[in-house]
Amino acid sequence: MTAHGPTAASLVGVMKRYGGAVALGPIDLDVPVGRTTVLLGPSGCGKSTLLRLINGLIAPDEGTLRVLGEGVTPASVEALRRRVGYVIQEGGLFPHLSARQNVALLPRWLRWETPRIDARVAELAALARLPEALLDRHPGELSGGQRQRVALMRALALDPEMLLLDEPLGALDPMVRAELQRDLREVFRTLGKTVVLVTHDLREARHFGDLVVLLRDGRVVQRGPLSALESAPSEGFVRDFLDAWREAP
Amino acid sequence: MRGAVLLALCALGCAPKAVRVGSKNFTEGVILGEVAARACAAGGAVTEHRRQLGGTAVLWRALRSGEIDAYPEYTGTLASELLRGVDARDLRGMRRALAREGVAMTAPLGFNNTYAIGVPEALASARGLRTLSDLQREPGLALGLSHEFLDRADGWAGLRARYGLPQRDVRGMDHDLAYRALSSGAIQATDLYTTDAEIAWHRLRVLSDDREYFPEYSAVLLYRADLPRRSPSCARALESLGGSLDAATMIDLNDQVKRRRRTESSVAAAWLEAHRGLRSAVASEGRAERVWQRTREHLAMVLSSLLAAVLCAVPLGVAAAKRPRLGTLVLGAAGVLQTVPSLALLVLLIPLLGIGAAPAVAALFLYSLLPIVQNTVAGLRGISPALRESAEALGLPPFARLRLVELPLALPSILAGVKTAAVINVGTATLGAMVGAGGYGQPILRGIRLDSTSTIMEGALPAAALALLTQALFACIERVAVPRSLRGGR
Ligand SMILES: Nc1ncnc2c1ncn2[C@@H]1O[C@H](COP(=O)(O)OP(=O)(O)OP(=O)(O)O)[C@@H](O)[C@H]1O
Ligand SMILES: [Mg+2]
Repeated sequence: MTAHGPTAASLVGVMKRYGGAVALGPIDLDVPVGRTTVLLGPSGCGKSTLLRLINGLIAPDEGTLRVLGEGVTPASVEALRRRVGYVIQEGGLFPHLSARQNVALLPRWLRWETPRIDARVAELAALARLPEALLDRHPGELSGGQRQRVALMRALALDPEMLLLDEPLGALDPMVRAELQRDLREVFRTLGKTVVLVTHDLREARHFGDLVVLLRDGRVVQRGPLSALESAPSEGFVRDFLDAWREAP
Repeated sequence: MRGAVLLALCALGCAPKAVRVGSKNFTEGVILGEVAARACAAGGAVTEHRRQLGGTAVLWRALRSGEIDAYPEYTGTLASELLRGVDARDLRGMRRALAREGVAMTAPLGFNNTYAIGVPEALASARGLRTLSDLQREPGLALGLSHEFLDRADGWAGLRARYGLPQRDVRGMDHDLAYRALSSGAIQATDLYTTDAEIAWHRLRVLSDDREYFPEYSAVLLYRADLPRRSPSCARALESLGGSLDAATMIDLNDQVKRRRRTESSVAAAWLEAHRGLRSAVASEGRAERVWQRTREHLAMVLSSLLAAVLCAVPLGVAAAKRPRLGTLVLGAAGVLQTVPSLALLVLLIPLLGIGAAPAVAALFLYSLLPIVQNTVAGLRGISPALRESAEALGLPPFARLRLVELPLALPSILAGVKTAAVINVGTATLGAMVGAGGYGQPILRGIRLDSTSTIMEGALPAAALALLTQALFACIERVAVPRSLRGGR
């Protein structure tokens, strides 16, 4: 399961357990640079756990993990996280800060000058198609879709090399969802970044994914373009998973 | 800690080194303290009277540690509580024992405030009753005695044995009731203290203790042995008061304060002027100034203790939230502190911090810790794992996460803790008056002592108002400091 070309993250024999129960792995996986990798699989299969490992929020119990060319150590992890934008499953916007302050949190902490921050926020708002008038609202005063746009802006604030998105469209209604899907894909194309996106939704995977990684019970079942999964499912589970979506309304 | 607290309080008014006279928390003590302080002041010494500091133990300790220079005491108390193995009638032995403690004693002031039996004057003169021995001739007399006097071995039982008293009609009753029963004629004699204001008020005759049954409680002034060196004029003034106050005078002075509602200051000043030719000014500060003065003292206590508590409790709360085992320990310790009754805590702190504002501030500080630590822990632990993870995922180091995300999110809870502490402090600070810290407790104590509701209200009402004001102030702080999205019910 090695990718062709450079990798943004590579996992070899990585395993994560919680109190004896295996949450993920053993898993070998390469995330190719500059492409969108979609992690697909049923609830509880370890998708979020995989993202947390890549971002250094949790450490593997076994195996080796390299991200953006570096090993993930306690000493390197904070700098590494700033090179990886991460939108957690629930968005994770800070309710005590306005949208603008959420986006500017890290630049401000890094002591960027105000004009530079303002310019960056404006640029991101345009990219994420968020009306600038909404920037001074607090998360509680924004719709779910708007919140996700702000979360994306925050993840992109430092222009990271890689973007991790955990079900960014999870709780949105279909109309908003479709619109945001289009906009997100547009952003990914414009920026040409390495993206790892989690979903359990096949249609979403089709929409985004150059490359799909199907997980089940913490392990990779099949990896490749979605068309390959469809035409040559590696095992019964792949077919069942795809069929389940085909039957869905 | 003590230094810091004192420093903070010094900003609010540290006087140059003055002679400090203390007094216990009862009317006669305060009057005598006032007399002593004014006599000193008339001799030219800069004098301060720290009134109604508390009980014997507090005053005695304060005198020896040098926080006060003099206070009125009774020989009986010295003999039975402060100096072991010295007889209350042996003044020379008492002086020797006191000298070992670095304390000197004036000659007795002139009255003996001890237990006695009082009989209505009219009845006494009709039957020719002057001494306790005369009661042997009156078997039909009905006695109403306080429960304490009845119960004590050195009370009624001993008295009856010593004088061979024949009375059968002896009832236990409340002291106030006894006076009423005397005026209605239901009883003809009761126990009392020889200088009680009620003696004048109810026209009683105190029967003299011709067989010296009751212990001797002669009033004296105690002062530090180094006072004559530091302020010779003051020491002379105190010594000159020896023998100047007889029981009738003391009864009258007590009566003027208790019944005629004059202040101890004006009663003491008037007596010094009339009988000793000493003039002293009675600061006739109005009620407003008095309340303002108390307000300043009260606020100083509450604010300094609260500030110190916030500075300590928030970091403690953060540490407790981050390390569960430390948290259990910290919360447990703060919880135990909370269960120490406030009065006990104040008294426990006196040996460490002396009297005045320091022990009060320290006690308030200790009481403030629990609510603030608790709410800081609750606020931090209440942050959703998603937000916590989100902050971590951004690549902020722990301290920046704390400062930029976690503390702001916990702020409403922390503020609520500080508010609780502040409101509790405003109330508890009234106890500070018991250790000489002043504040709104001062008029409350005085009012209780003089049974004067209006005086109590002078402290109780501002204290209640301050508590309400504190609530309102925190509502404002919350509005300003907490983003609307974090306020309740969004
Ligand atoms: N902190 C944790 N403690 C214990 N078990 C955990 C923890 N986090 C995840 N798990 C377990 O690890 C497994 C994988 O969880 P993970 O969150 O990665 O699933 P997921 O694929 O993201 O699911 P979903 O689609 O529902 O978000 C699950 O069985 C989960 O219960
Ligand atoms: Mg998940």
